[in-house]
Amino acid sequence: MENSVTILIGGEAGQGLLTVGHVLARVLVRSGYHIVAAQDYMSRIRGGHNSFAIRISTDPVSAPREKVDMLIALDGRSVAEHLSSLAPDGIIIMDSGNGAETGGAVCLRVPVADLGKPSLYNFMAAGVAGALLGLEESLMVKALLDEVGDSLEEGAAALIAAGNWALGTGIRHSLPEPASAAPRIMVNGNEALALGAIAGGVRFASFYPMTPGTSVMMTLLAHADRMGLVVEQAEDEIAAINMALGASFAGAPALVATSGGGFALMVEGVSLAGMTETPVVVIVAQRPGPATGLPTRTEQGDLEFVLHAGHGEFPRAILAPGSPEQCFQAAAQAAVLAEKSQGPVFILTDQFLADSYRAVEPFDPSSVPAVCLCDPSHDNGEAYCRYALTETGVSPRALPGTSGKLVVADSDEHTEDGHITEDLHVRRLMVEKRLRKHEILLRECMPPAYVGDVDPDLLLVCWGSALGAALEAAEELSSDGFTAATLHFPQVWPLVPEGFLQDMERAGKVVVVEGNATGQFARLLRRECRFAVHGQVNRYDGLPLTPEYILRALAARGLAGAK
Amino acid sequence: MATLEEFGSYETAWCPGCGNHSILVAMKKALVMSGLSPHEVLFVSGIGQAAKAPHYLNANVFNGLHGRALPVSTGARLANPRLVVIAESGDGCVYGEGGNHFLAAIRRNVNVTLVVHDNQVYGLTKGQASPTSEEWFVTRAQPHGVVSSPFNPIAVAVAMHAGFVARGFSGDVDELSGIIEQAIAFPGFALVDVLQPCVTFNKVNTFSWYRQRCTPLPPDYDPYDWDSAMRTAQAWGDGIPVGVIYRNERPSFESRIPVLGRGPLVGSPVDKDALKRIIAAMM
Repeated sequence: MENSVTILIGGEAGQGLLTVGHVLARVLVRSGYHIVAAQDYMSRIRGGHNSFAIRISTDPVSAPREKVDMLIALDGRSVAEHLSSLAPDGIIIMDSGNGAETGGAVCLRVPVADLGKPSLYNFMAAGVAGALLGLEESLMVKALLDEVGDSLEEGAAALIAAGNWALGTGIRHSLPEPASAAPRIMVNGNEALALGAIAGGVRFASFYPMTPGTSVMMTLLAHADRMGLVVEQAEDEIAAINMALGASFAGAPALVATSGGGFALMVEGVSLAGMTETPVVVIVAQRPGPATGLPTRTEQGDLEFVLHAGHGEFPRAILAPGSPEQCFQAAAQAAVLAEKSQGPVFILTDQFLADSYRAVEPFDPSSVPAVCLCDPSHDNGEAYCRYALTETGVSPRALPGTSGKLVVADSDEHTEDGHITEDLHVRRLMVEKRLRKHEILLRECMPPAYVGDVDPDLLLVCWGSALGAALEAAEELSSDGFTAATLHFPQVWPLVPEGFLQDMERAGKVVVVEGNATGQFARLLRRECRFAVHGQVNRYDGLPLTPEYILRALAARGLAGAK
Repeated sequence: MATLEEFGSYETAWCPGCGNHSILVAMKKALVMSGLSPHEVLFVSGIGQAAKAPHYLNANVFNGLHGRALPVSTGARLANPRLVVIAESGDGCVYGEGGNHFLAAIRRNVNVTLVVHDNQVYGLTKGQASPTSEEWFVTRAQPHGVVSSPFNPIAVAVAMHAGFVARGFSGDVDELSGIIEQAIAFPGFALVDVLQPCVTFNKVNTFSWYRQRCTPLPPDYDPYDWDSAMRTAQAWGDGIPVGVIYRNERPSFESRIPVLGRGPLVGSPVDKDALKRIIAAMM
């Protein structure tokens, strides 16, 4: 478990710390290591303090760790901020002009003036770290050029010079050789969501920029021309979701991505999707609220908001992937599910998962389903009814302008042919028709994943991005006759208690681990399954859940080991 | 070639004498003159008495939320640029609740025809002031008269160099249908602001009030002259110019999106091999 190394790059916004982080992460992945990257940044373009931490292992890892083995300081504040997290045998890489107090830790003071321009210090730091870790120089240079483009040859020269200087010091922090494996890709949660959405058939996306949802759209945009997508920056989030509904109505599977505040503006559109039965995928990348909150930090605080968003009653599904692999799957699944149920399907992610890079096996687009908009059953020569009453509640969907059928959709209560009505009998039939689609969502619901001893002393229940931290915490707890297991929900609505209630009932104690203050999922379990959990671990300081955090919280509640 | 009958005739929920009736007739005539069949046209509307109009003819319809007709129209056009998209709603819906979308649609120059039923008052919610209500207009919600100055949609659209800016009057169905026909034919964003009486809630701007003031543009009027269009757009009061006030041929939003050059987004399957190559390149 502790066979991993964590390096942390710290500095001000604008000092190029992401370049260092990306270059090192890319080389590590290309060299065959597993990584979990976690970004912590402030909401500003210059200054402040940001960090990019990479946990490295030869074995699969799924959570960030708090202990730092190598601190790459781009400024003095980074040393002060992270010295207390430095492992006893940790190393600090700092510019020789950096006068920060280092508390006796091993320091490599990089003689910047001897190695190149001072402005290239971030490249030098990358070179030093790469050399200490034993990474290949050619891979470092290639990754640097991939990251910043060929124009920065002097950056590459600085990186090489600094690497040679580091090797000359004799200090090493070599990583164990990784097991040989098929090449992996470096991908974060939001990139995975975008790729999964494309694989699932999404062809239209609209957005108003909002951290941490924006990078889904940036990834879609990067591939839009090649993959035949239209991605539009709307004038506001209200326009974004309405555009998506217009595109979806006209036949392009559509997606929006935002964060809590932007989603608040989309809420009437969610209700419109429910009433007009228009498929749409809504990605909500959570950050701490209320209001503007902590714009660049993480939280799982919008579960209840998304669950209840939208006036009136209509079915919905909420997916909550826990890793980039699950993000890829979930986005494709969401597109298909939205089409099958003809309504809104949500994906809850958060800043931690959105920005967290991992090494994963290349996603296989043919392994996931894609939307198929070619139901010919309505082309029977009769007048078309967009809201024909059916046993499943799903009415065959024709598209406007692609046949002789007239497709009429209405936000008012409507008749089967889509026209406004105040016939209260029809109202009842339509409510029941819409709600029948809940059965489809129940049938397609992704069950929670159980990992560990079948009859554990402690069961950690979690959802979404808490997966990795919970898994690793449970693994660490399982020793000396104490058994711990995890139950992770990749979908938080609807819930099918028959599929997991017995898992919770078998466990000695059940603790819900989630990134919010009030225990929203614990409350949902109580409401839906009449199951009261024995305890909760909640994190709401803006930082991601870590195994250490969970273990400390469990210990404080006397839940961490055998009695 | 469709006929007026093909666009249907339905009982409406409007007051007798409401300008909406004539606008509906003008719309159907314009569709026939444009050579369009019902299935080729998508009407998108918001909420309000005007927004019910698409329910009273045969076409594809998306009757969405108050203020949101334009973003839905934009999305539909981007998904399938072969659809003829007409957004139709009232002054409160388009200029009030949907104000930001109105500005954005002009900027994009998306190929949508926007027909605004402008009666300078809210009907469905029973008589409150609208963005185009004149100053001092008294309602139960504005008992001391409207304090805000009225929104001039024509002037705003011309100031923003919109593609096609016109004003119509519900009292002249032939002229109005001609204007709407031109708006549909225009390959970009086209605004048709239609002055109409509200017989129930606007006792100031009545049918005869408009009838006395609405004046056709002179035959030698040049809609491509922005300066003269700006001056014309300011005219209000004793003479209210009616006709195509401004034209500005510039590429439509859709024509500048390379992906749409390959055809509509509708119906083509995902190229999973291309995506596989994209993913492989991330190694």
